Amino acid sequence: MSISVAMTVNGKAVSGKVEARTLLVQFLREHLGMTGTHVGCDTSQCGACVIHVDGKSVKSCTMLAVQAEGAKVTTIEGLAASPDKLHPMQEAFRENHALQCGFCTPGMVMSAIDMVKRHNYQLDEATVRRELEGNLCRCTGYHNIVKAILAAAPAMKSAGV
Amino acid sequence: MYDFAYHRPKSVADAVGLLKGKPEARAMSGGMTLIPTLKQRLARPSDVVDLGGVKELAGIKVEGNNVVVGGMTRHADVATSAEVKAAIPALAHLAGHIGDPQVRNRGTIGGSVANNDPAADYPGAVVGLNATVTTNTRKIAADDFFKGLFETALADGELITSISFPKAEKAAYMKFPNPASRYAMVGVFVAKTAGGVRVAVTGAGPCVFRVKAMEDALAKNFSSAAIKDIKIPADGLNSDIHGSAEYRAHLVGVMARRAVDAANK
Amino acid sequence: MTAATGIGARVLRTEDKRFLTGNGRYVDDLPLARATYAYFLRSPHAHAKIKSIDISAAAKMPGVVNIFTGKDLVDAKVGGLICGWVVKDKHGQPHKAPAHPVMAVDTVRYVGDTVAMVVANTYDEAKDAAESIKVDYEVKPANVDPGRALDKGAVEVHPEAPGNLVYDWEIGVKADVDAAFAKAAHVTKLDLINNRLIPNAMEPRAAAADYDKGTGQYTLWSTSQNPHVLRLILSAFVLGIPEHKLRVIAPDVGGGFGSKIFCYADETMVCWAASRVGRPIKWTAERSESFQTDCHGRDHVTHAELAMDKDGKFLALKVDTIANMGAYLSTFSTAVPTYLYATLLAGQYTTPLIYANVKAVFTHTAPVDAYRGAGRPEATFVIESIVSKAAAEMKMDPAELRRKNFIPSTAFPYQTPVALQYDSGNYPPIIDEAIKIADYKGFEARRAEAKSRGKLRGIGFSSYIEACGLAPSQVIGQLGGGVGQWEAAQIKFNPTGNVQIMTGSHSHGQSHETTFAQIVSDKLGVPMEQIEIVHGDTATTPFGMGTYGSRSLAVGGSAIMKAADKIIAKGKKIAAHLMEASVADVVFENGTFKVAGTDKNVPLAQVVFAAYVPHNYPLAEVEPGMDENAFYDPANFVYPAGTQICEVEIDPDTGEVEIVNFTAVDDFGNIINPMVVEGQVHGGIVQGIGQALLEAAVYDKATGQLISGSYMDYTMPRADDVPSFKLGYKVTPCPHNPLGVKGCGEAGAIASPAAVMNAVHNALAPIGVKHVEMPATPLNVWQSIQGAQRQAAE
Ligand SMILES: Cc1cc2nc3c(=O)[nH]c(=O)nc-3n(C[C@H](O)[C@H](O)[C@H](O)COP(=O)(O)OP(=O)(O)OC[C@H]3O[C@@H](n4cnc5c(N)ncnc54)[C@H](O)[C@@H]3O)c2cc1C
Ligand code: FES
Ligand code: FES
Repeated sequence: MSISVAMTVNGKAVSGKVEARTLLVQFLREHLGMTGTHVGCDTSQCGACVIHVDGKSVKSCTMLAVQAEGAKVTTIEGLAASPDKLHPMQEAFRENHALQCGFCTPGMVMSAIDMVKRHNYQLDEATVRRELEGNLCRCTGYHNIVKAILAAAPAMKSAGV
Repeated sequence: MYDFAYHRPKSVADAVGLLKGKPEARAMSGGMTLIPTLKQRLARPSDVVDLGGVKELAGIKVEGNNVVVGGMTRHADVATSAEVKAAIPALAHLAGHIGDPQVRNRGTIGGSVANNDPAADYPGAVVGLNATVTTNTRKIAADDFFKGLFETALADGELITSISFPKAEKAAYMKFPNPASRYAMVGVFVAKTAGGVRVAVTGAGPCVFRVKAMEDALAKNFSSAAIKDIKIPADGLNSDIHGSAEYRAHLVGVMARRAVDAANK
Repeated sequence: MTAATGIGARVLRTEDKRFLTGNGRYVDDLPLARATYAYFLRSPHAHAKIKSIDISAAAKMPGVVNIFTGKDLVDAKVGGLICGWVVKDKHGQPHKAPAHPVMAVDTVRYVGDTVAMVVANTYDEAKDAAESIKVDYEVKPANVDPGRALDKGAVEVHPEAPGNLVYDWEIGVKADVDAAFAKAAHVTKLDLINNRLIPNAMEPRAAAADYDKGTGQYTLWSTSQNPHVLRLILSAFVLGIPEHKLRVIAPDVGGGFGSKIFCYADETMVCWAASRVGRPIKWTAERSESFQTDCHGRDHVTHAELAMDKDGKFLALKVDTIANMGAYLSTFSTAVPTYLYATLLAGQYTTPLIYANVKAVFTHTAPVDAYRGAGRPEATFVIESIVSKAAAEMKMDPAELRRKNFIPSTAFPYQTPVALQYDSGNYPPIIDEAIKIADYKGFEARRAEAKSRGKLRGIGFSSYIEACGLAPSQVIGQLGGGVGQWEAAQIKFNPTGNVQIMTGSHSHGQSHETTFAQIVSDKLGVPMEQIEIVHGDTATTPFGMGTYGSRSLAVGGSAIMKAADKIIAKGKKIAAHLMEASVADVVFENGTFKVAGTDKNVPLAQVVFAAYVPHNYPLAEVEPGMDENAFYDPANFVYPAGTQICEVEIDPDTGEVEIVNFTAVDDFGNIINPMVVEGQVHGGIVQGIGQALLEAAVYDKATGQLISGSYMDYTMPRADDVPSFKLGYKVTPCPHNPLGVKGCGEAGAIASPAAVMNAVHNALAPIGVKHVEMPATPLNVWQSIQGAQRQAAE
């Protein structure tokens, strides 16, 4: 079944023809060529695919493209204000070596930003670790990811993002 | 996944109409169970009726002594709702421990209860609080709703519109997660309400069940000491690589005591 | 060089920007015009005869371009997949090497064995069509338990390997060891299982291939840790495509941990089929496919005995191991439980006599091969478990018993009784530092406090050694390895002064683009931003051996150093000419050539420019250009060592184990970038914690089905399963490589399982628990406690 979808991705209006079964992550990667969002599992557990839909973090591998009709979508590609001006969360990941192979990173960053906002920029280590339940990383051992998120929270607050 | 016809109705009536007469059509709320099932090609629905656009299904209301949660209400909304936290904090706590933040941002109470996964958390609260499930056609008492492994009293095409939870004097939910999936390996919901004491166990068996012996003991003395010698038989409980039936039976006791202690705090 | 970017500086990573902005380029991200998509039909049975395969209905499905089965490969005379390391058994006979067809022909031997390849216009169409392939299987009984594979009457995996025995291998002199045991004051015995693991790099394996009809050139993009080795295997042994007609590209790769070293069926098929289909082919594994078909790790059943004198001095060690190889021998599988395992059994200790017997067996499970640490975690687990058990039995402090038996710092180079010669090390200061950081002294007070909360607290040590930086080629050759183990580097200056470093090594998380650039920046005085590290493409980089065995820096980095020396040597000649001085008087410092004792100088950039525009140039003595190659073959392995201390709390009511403290002190030799090293250690420790507490690949003993086939059942370490870590360093530089470095990629994973399990045993000892197998899941721990209580009651 071929269906038209239209949504806003990183501030730009986009549209396309998809099958009902097309996942949102497939729409982003295969139709729009935005390959920053990754797929790391088939059971909705790894979080490599996390993006924001209408301001909330979701697993784009567990949403149909048609469910995002009319939605505002933000992906990893839409975070940095410019190539030289990273989002404070991206900056904190870099400063704290919170990524190695980079595969989990887009989902981690998107989950982390949502986490910081939901907790009103106030987090402690235990909360960060618990909130990362939906994001797997095989490289970093999480130590530096936790550090980065704790560092980013005040930075996001002062940057007003 | 196999392809299907997709519908996005705006009202319960339209949704019911779209499902009617199509035995292979499926409703979809959060899709957190349905979509993984479709991705693994374990189901092949002819039609998927997305309830995401049905405004009347979402939301939380306090009606007298009851907290009424709309079928499309997301786990995250129940977990953070001021009304739920005030009226039945154990319910908010339970919702806040379902899956991960991204699952909670999409998954809904209606979908969870309708699906009746043996390892799901919500059935514990529905039975533990003696909630009433409202559908487009009737009201179903908690004890009549869950029928067995993935089985409920819902008829084909019948939709959960809301679930009404009586406020509790004391209540708590203790979950022992499966280390891998983080679903409930054992979850015990203990509640003391105007209607009496209930102990509902999810995760341990093929379907949520009550522990009568504990309920009786707690009705007399609502303290963990009152149930410390009550053993749960392992017969008929689930067994897998993460937990034998004996282990689950043991955990029911531990989690029940911890839940009572938490409820008394 | 400036302290900010040179060797030893905490330089932020060059590669981060692209990864953080969604601009990484992994295989699946590749846009290929007119691409087709492959889906592989895998065996649902652990063991079955294929009576027939009927593709006729599938071939008519929408979008299908082509379908291939094992028979097509036989017809095309495609070779089988190979095992590149010949291990000779104790009678000098090579290991059994049954054929490993790329796709099954008449028999499937594990759940996930490849049966057919469907190529279609879309992935969904390929998958839809695969469901219509009718395979008539005659299902047979399977054997999946390595502990029972050698039993009389066990189902045989291959007729060529009677009794499922791949080899019966030994090291050491058994009679000498037995004699030492006869004289021992105390013998500690231990039976253990080293649990089977599934690597689970977060990027699933993927491959894409294109064939250029005009030139006959194949291009294969693969999630490979070693593109040159993959090309060599595909060319020389499997597909017969001439090496120069096959280009293998491993772009950004999302983690490997060993699992992406090997040559797999699917990437082989994608490459082979590209010329037959006439359009590019893409394939990316679904995670459940990765679970079934990636090579698994570990899977040993071991009995060990340690003989001691009355003071606890180690006299001899005896180890018997059954190692599971799975259904087929993967690329390096045979070497893992022999040369990478038994040769490490001396650990950090002076144990004078060691005997090990290793029997490798076939089972109806996925192939087992190197996984982070490869053999060395298994060895460390045996030694460090038995040493801690011995300390408990002899009522000695576990740190004291270790100290008593450490190889003294004055004894290096130290020849162990199991072939290796340790080049350098100083172990006592490491354990002292770890003890200080972990506040070992305060432990008993913490244990008492935990007890008051109803928790059992325990502490565990693990003092590991590893041999890495693979490896001296001649040693590898003597041991049966089929390849050289040097590494190559090319330093190419461009006329404008910036520089490209081509390395045969590959980065899939290890940060080569940063640390390798630091080396060059430090050595040649070129600013970081003018250096580019090029890796992962056989067309643009010199033939190299890739990344595994913690070898990138020690071997690959050393090759870069050698090439840099050549640049300096050539530069001196040019500079001497430009400064009208004699070459002998020219020195190179901080990026500038100088005439010693004068203020004459010429910067490297100017020398480079002169080399490309040789108008005023010593053309008679020196060729133009500034582009040097070097190959580095190490003189020895490198030997990182360290001590980890883990502290746990166990809830006896539920069996849950919580890690409350974790300390690691390592000697990695000189450190190029401490931030990167720490990251490697963190990640390694968590993989080891995963093995100790969470992860287990479980096959159903009756059906051979993989029960732990997804994240629903295979417990990956999550952020809340682990703590933050306390790290420390001691440095004894490696004496035989120009950087003085040892490897750091595997150490964390090598040491931590024993540290965790020793802590678990220490916590449970007061309530009578003798042994818990890995993973110490809540169920396992609870059952062990129940067992101890039953025993106490009897
Ligand atoms: C990674 C992950 C972790 C999870 N962890 C947990 C956990 O720890 N505990 C837990 O309890 N759950 C867990 N879940 C499941 C999650 O809570 C689901 O959201 C929930 O079970 C289903 O809700 P849904 O709204 O997503 O339903 P859907 O997936 O949309 O639907 C599920 C089923 O219910 C039917 N249905 C949906 N809505 C209705 C309705 N209103 N009336 C009648 N039938 C309806 C559908 O047809 C379908 O058969 C997890 C899921 C994931 C992906
Ligand atoms: S891809 Fe793994 S959760 Fe979405
Ligand atoms: S950085 Fe590799 S998986 Fe997280």
